[in-house]
Amino acid sequence: MADTPLFLREQRYHEIKAVLARLRIDSGARVVFLVEKDGQQIAVQGEVGNLDTTSLASLVAGNVAATDGMAQLIGEKEFPTLSHEGEKESIHISVIGRLLLVVVFDERSSLGLVKLRSKQIARQLATLFDEIVRDGCEDLDSPFAEITEEDIDSLFS
Amino acid sequence: MTFINYASREINCKIVYYGPGLCGKTTNLQHIFDSTAPQARGKLISLATETDRTLFFDFMPLELGTVRGFKTRFHLYTVPGQVFYDASRKLILKGVDGVVFVADSQEERMDANIESLYNLEENLRAQGYDLMKLPYVLQLNKRDLPNVIPVEDLRQELYRKGEPVVEAVASVGTGVFDTLKAVAKQVLTELRKG
Repeated sequence: MADTPLFLREQRYHEIKAVLARLRIDSGARVVFLVEKDGQQIAVQGEVGNLDTTSLASLVAGNVAATDGMAQLIGEKEFPTLSHEGEKESIHISVIGRLLLVVVFDERSSLGLVKLRSKQIARQLATLFDEIVRDGCEDLDSPFAEITEEDIDSLFS
Repeated sequence: MTFINYASREINCKIVYYGPGLCGKTTNLQHIFDSTAPQARGKLISLATETDRTLFFDFMPLELGTVRGFKTRFHLYTVPGQVFYDASRKLILKGVDGVVFVADSQEERMDANIESLYNLEENLRAQGYDLMKLPYVLQLNKRDLPNVIPVEDLRQELYRKGEPVVEAVASVGTGVFDTLKAVAKQVLTELRKG
């Protein structure tokens, strides 16, 4: 069986967005986003513009999965942070349990500041995510409860 | 792992195309990409070698439409088929909601199909999944080639659990959307069961 779905309620979504917004301001970042380790983008905050955050989320997850594999080969559990520094734009990734906190920044900020601010909010995000998992879906109206064959077929028409 | 966002009213699911090297996994995605309106899909990301062999994975998000007010988006992945990329294949199966096994119908690729299918079962187990309980479709690809094995013989070797079997020629698109539809339908039906 596949994993249990992750249900993100509106209130939790806005709580996460608020944390990301604060991180973005405090770190002087361009974009901040939160990704589940399997590559699902949970929330994004900042100057997204033409940035393809869906593809970026998938590549970030692949990147972290690959480096986790490398870590295990040399006897480490994981590499908790990854940084990629470009000429103008850079990316910093923090692994927070099942979450990946991704900060895209340019010359208006610095790796040191981004690392510091990311670390400061890691616990808060971890707590929020635990709550999301605990929330489950019991009192939510599932969009699938009454889904029909016709509904599914209509997606392909 | 399916992700349901009640704020943005979106459902995201992960489908993985698996199979031996050169069976046509990337070709399936390429056809879906080429045949879908740009507003319904994202970029097709291919992490490939210089000779266009998949090195890590291909990825493409595809928005199928709205179900009960929720945008339904499938994240389509392929794995690298070559035997020595096994570590990468394992990683890509994490969080999978449905699997398509693309078999190469050519006679000389039969052993590679069997080996790859065993590898799929093993790698799913390593991630805590059981193929018998996952949404799953068997695609018999390259049906247009002269040296193909009869469908019945392929079924005998590769059929696992009553899964839909789709005959395909992915290079011209035959069977590609039927395959996607068959797996997507199972994924959504699983969600209905809760």
